[in-house]
Amino acid sequence: MTIYLDHAATTTIRPVALEALDDAIARFDRNASGQHAESRLAKNALEEAREQAATLLGTERPHDIVFTGSGTESDNLAIIGASLGAEGKAIAVSEVEHKAVLKAAFSLERFGYTVERIPVSPAGLVAVDLPGMADRSQLTVLSVMLANNEIGTIQPVREIAANARLSHPGVVIHTDAVQAFNSHEVTLAATGADLISLASHKFGGPKGVGLLAIGPGVRIEPIIHGGGQEAGRRAGTHNVAGIIAMVTAMEAAASDRDAFSERTSAERATFESALTAGFPGAAVTAGRSERLPHISHIRFPGVLAETLLIRLDQVGIAAAAGSACQSGAVEPSHVLKAIGFTDEASGECIRFSFGWDTPQGEGWRAARLVLDVLGEL
Amino acid sequence: MRALVAMSGGVDSSVAAALMLEQGYDVIGVTLKQWEGPDGSMPTAGCCTLADAEDARRVAAQLDVPYYVLDYVDEFTEAVVDPFASGYLNGLTPNPCIECNRRVRFTALLERTKDLGCDVLVTGHYARVVEHDGVFRLGMAADDTKDQSYVLHMLDQSALSKIRLPVGEMRKTEVRARAAQLGLRTASKPDSQDICFVASGDYRDFLAERHPEVAAPGDVLDMEGTVVGEHQGTAGYTIGQRRGLGVAVGSARYVVDIEPTEQTITIGTYEDLLSDGCFVTEMSFTHEAPAAGDSVSVKVRYRSDPVAADIIAVGDRWEFTFVEPQPRPAPGQSLVMYDGEFVLGGGIIVDGRRSVTAVL
Repeated sequence: MTIYLDHAATTTIRPVALEALDDAIARFDRNASGQHAESRLAKNALEEAREQAATLLGTERPHDIVFTGSGTESDNLAIIGASLGAEGKAIAVSEVEHKAVLKAAFSLERFGYTVERIPVSPAGLVAVDLPGMADRSQLTVLSVMLANNEIGTIQPVREIAANARLSHPGVVIHTDAVQAFNSHEVTLAATGADLISLASHKFGGPKGVGLLAIGPGVRIEPIIHGGGQEAGRRAGTHNVAGIIAMVTAMEAAASDRDAFSERTSAERATFESALTAGFPGAAVTAGRSERLPHISHIRFPGVLAETLLIRLDQVGIAAAAGSACQSGAVEPSHVLKAIGFTDEASGECIRFSFGWDTPQGEGWRAARLVLDVLGEL
Repeated sequence: MRALVAMSGGVDSSVAAALMLEQGYDVIGVTLKQWEGPDGSMPTAGCCTLADAEDARRVAAQLDVPYYVLDYVDEFTEAVVDPFASGYLNGLTPNPCIECNRRVRFTALLERTKDLGCDVLVTGHYARVVEHDGVFRLGMAADDTKDQSYVLHMLDQSALSKIRLPVGEMRKTEVRARAAQLGLRTASKPDSQDICFVASGDYRDFLAERHPEVAAPGDVLDMEGTVVGEHQGTAGYTIGQRRGLGVAVGSARYVVDIEPTEQTITIGTYEDLLSDGCFVTEMSFTHEAPAAGDSVSVKVRYRSDPVAADIIAVGDRWEFTFVEPQPRPAPGQSLVMYDGEFVLGGGIIVDGRRSVTAVL
């Protein structure tokens, strides 16, 4: 029996979402852009989902929601689409952003855009006054994630956004809220952002679908061109069933937030205290910062993470280290580098992440197994 | 018992994994990521590519064994790639596969075998490990056309006791037949011949890209020191090389000397190339070291038959005399000593220049 502690990579699909997916495939399997009765059925279901998503994200304008194929696509559309849609050519991103944000931004450098990397403190946080950026009056797009996917630190995005608007009027602010949605209120107002990226499978929806919420007055150029779907902002035949299932999962996740936080933080607390007490030098990364309740990032000094992950897999614990590259090898983490970890320290860290369906007592069971494995190394 | 199988994505290591399962081992498959392109991706050309890792992964899935990719890029770069380049720049002919076995596969990976919960390390090499009365010997492969004992000569008793080479007992045709019988997707995959980090298949391209200074032209000299042509960089030549010299004389000419500091290469006839022995350093032994005065057979290049030689001196610098003169061994290549079909040990040739004509 696997103990699944990799929910930050992808979590279990929620039963209501699975049901909605099956139901939508059965009922709305036509192209939502057609001129006939069956298409209209699909289109109606799609637009209903859009309205629900808009409400959940705190906007009364369904048009503010663009459905995409993934969180990565949402990040790319946000960074590239907003940059192409703006006058200036200056982008700023925090150093701990997801690769989808970083690489989207860097991809524009060869077209004359400048990309400023905003440093983070050893606690993993971006300073609210954006040091060193005071004179960048022509800043056009700023991206700071709501919560980090590796170490779980929560950024003060609202304050960062407010300050950035004072010093850089007209700046478009994007936040990648992909990891935060399970536990934190994610609305345009609550985050203070103009653009919010979400990925369905991180909160219990199916994979292959995501969305970008776009605040009023923000101009987005499409990055995928074609049939003009999504008001010309994202072409491609709609994944109607995937979208409906995602929005169903969003509703479930949004109403489950308090319980989710309580459950996962309780499991995590047991887990972390057992490990830090049971293994010499084991340290929770950014342990004193405000963190997502379900992510536990721990360094085990003297233990190669790559080795530990394989041993954990052998006893049925699924966890993660760094980010997996295309081949499956573990790559050094840019996030840990940014918070001052050496390559050696960074190679000794494992991310354990709990989920909406983590059974009670799993934190304790997992900690005992991890300690057993560590004892054999 | 659990076996860690180094799976390259080729047919040999695929079958090795299957054979260990048949022998009752639990198996874990790993591919070493040794080399990467910009952006950390695995290379797409050469060998050990992303496609090879994918083949290994699929075979592991078919055999229903866990499979992982392990990152050895730093170790491999430092221990294999950098010395390979600097070796050529210094007029040597390095053998990167031997250095990989010596310094990555059968050291770093072997040390990790226990940490990964495994008892033995398995590869798809063609050679045999034979145990008798607690002594482990490294023998030539059952398939003499595929024997790889030369590139494994550095294995000592400690390493040999933890290594299994199951396909070394089989002929290549049997290995392919077994793979086909098991329905493995690698059954008819062609053998890789290339150096894994040289994507184009020509090491000169690799050197030119990393060290543009290798393209320094210089003189081609004959045995009397007369300039007879021009070359495009000494690193592009190997002792004994016959083709591509760009010099038209009546009979065949061979590279007999490379002087990177002078930027010259010297060419001569086959007789000029002959040597009656060589000097070797960094010797290692599979079990007990032979002594001065012993007669052994030696291979001074991968694809040649062993020849008879006498050990003249031992120590930091071993001296060998060939019973019959041999084409001059290339410094940087390995000399491997055999007793019949068993490997005694070997080291790196530092000087192959004991010229027969000079002695006469």
